[in-house]
Amino acid sequence: MNAARLRAGVRMGITCHVASILGTYGFRSPTYFPSPEDATAGNDAMLALCQSEGELVRMMVTVNPNYTTHALFEIERCVLRGAVGIKLLASRRADDKLLDPICELAAQSRVPLLHHIWQHRRREWPNQEISDGADLARLARRHPRVTFILAHIGGGGDYLHTFAAIRDVKNVVADTSGSGVDRGMLDEAVSALGSQRLLWGSDLTMETGLAKLRALEHTGLSSEDDVRDIRWRNAARVFGLGSPRTENAPAPKAPPRTARR
Amino acid sequence: MIDVNALIGPYPFRFLPHPDPEVLERVLDREQLSGAWVGHLPSAFYRDPAAGNAQLYTALEPHGTRLRPVPTVRPDWPEWERALKVAHDAGAPAVRAYPQLWQLGAGDARMAELAVACGESRLALILTVRFEDMRQRHPLDVAGDLQAAAVRALARAGDRVRIVVTAAGRDFIEEVHWGLTPEEQRRVVWDFSWVWGPPEDHLAKLFRSVGSDRFVFGTQWPLRLTQNPRANLDLLPPDVADAPLADPEHLFSEGKSVSV
Repeated sequence: MNAARLRAGVRMGITCHVASILGTYGFRSPTYFPSPEDATAGNDAMLALCQSEGELVRMMVTVNPNYTTHALFEIERCVLRGAVGIKLLASRRADDKLLDPICELAAQSRVPLLHHIWQHRRREWPNQEISDGADLARLARRHPRVTFILAHIGGGGDYLHTFAAIRDVKNVVADTSGSGVDRGMLDEAVSALGSQRLLWGSDLTMETGLAKLRALEHTGLSSEDDVRDIRWRNAARVFGLGSPRTENAPAPKAPPRTARR
Repeated sequence: MIDVNALIGPYPFRFLPHPDPEVLERVLDREQLSGAWVGHLPSAFYRDPAAGNAQLYTALEPHGTRLRPVPTVRPDWPEWERALKVAHDAGAPAVRAYPQLWQLGAGDARMAELAVACGESRLALILTVRFEDMRQRHPLDVAGDLQAAAVRALARAGDRVRIVVTAAGRDFIEEVHWGLTPEEQRRVVWDFSWVWGPPEDHLAKLFRSVGSDRFVFGTQWPLRLTQNPRANLDLLPPDVADAPLADPEHLFSEGKSVSV
């Protein structure tokens, strides 16, 4: 999986993968409710990957806020070793006060907090305690010094609800990742949030990431500068990364497939 | 390359920007696609699709053979045979059917009759697994996805049957493919607009196991970004990067592989 991601990343022009490992992905504890031991194991694996890949891979430290002491310890441990953000899954509703000490540590450590989000929570879903944009907005209002990354507007659910929920909460930025490639989604995102509050991402489907990268240029709303912001500049700012040595551009278009045969 | 999964017209559950044939032609130019098989999106939700089909033929007429009409034929509606003949006479390469929206379950005899009749007229039958991700659907949109069993049943309906299944994911494709005989498998092709690429590499795995010549190019424009299937092809691992796709114009080539 990691090799496939890095292979596709080279093709796409990705100069830095900001990633996390979600415990044991359900092998020993549920993916979205990782046990402390599994969260640590995933973070250790991520630290090792960062070490082997250098600047190409940066990590977010994954924690389960139901284990507050462990979560705080884990954040301190991994930030000291180079983690550039905190990853919260769906182990606890985003506006729960249990998240407050984690947010305070994020502010103190000056790292952003990425929260797994379901776009428009209309009911409970199995295997996760889902949150939506409105839930995250309440948390973000309580912690104005923290930058919150609302995960994957293409990751399922009604992104239009999300845009309305976070439009006026300026310390929430959104990432474009997820398998959803609805036409109009990017236009609406740029229109509601502006190009400086959007981070490009891929999640588990890199082809949808590449499609969005290519589509950005055709939204009709983004100037070249706006596109550059979404491609990398916003991420570099939010995660405190340097500029890429060569600016990442979308993969060159392949020749028409019929011509190759 | 032809996009077999394009549509025009609005969608009842969310706003779609510019779902018009003129815009589709510009998109095809931009994406270097030679043409598209075009359905009429609202017809999927009409009780009687006849008026929608008429709108489709009229809307596509100025676009010659580049945008070919794919009307909707509902086999539980009176005079569907006539609609099929009109489609054939209009040069349609295929017709669309939405059994899950019409509450026609897997194994429904009327769907089998339609599939066979399409085959006799050398028309492919296009089935759509979904228009939208299950997680974002409107509360009134409760029909659910097409069932894999429905595709298996139709693939078994007769040797002239040719089915194009759009918007299926890897699990669905594998469930159908490995539940058919090799002869039946040859009656079904898939668009890969909803198949995942790297890092899980579902498309590459399917090309290796099911065969790339069982797949056709489809985008599901105007619901989804046209760039997506092309991006998926561009990110294939080297061993399948140049694997040939099926040519949708030759689905009925007797005794020949459908590959180009």
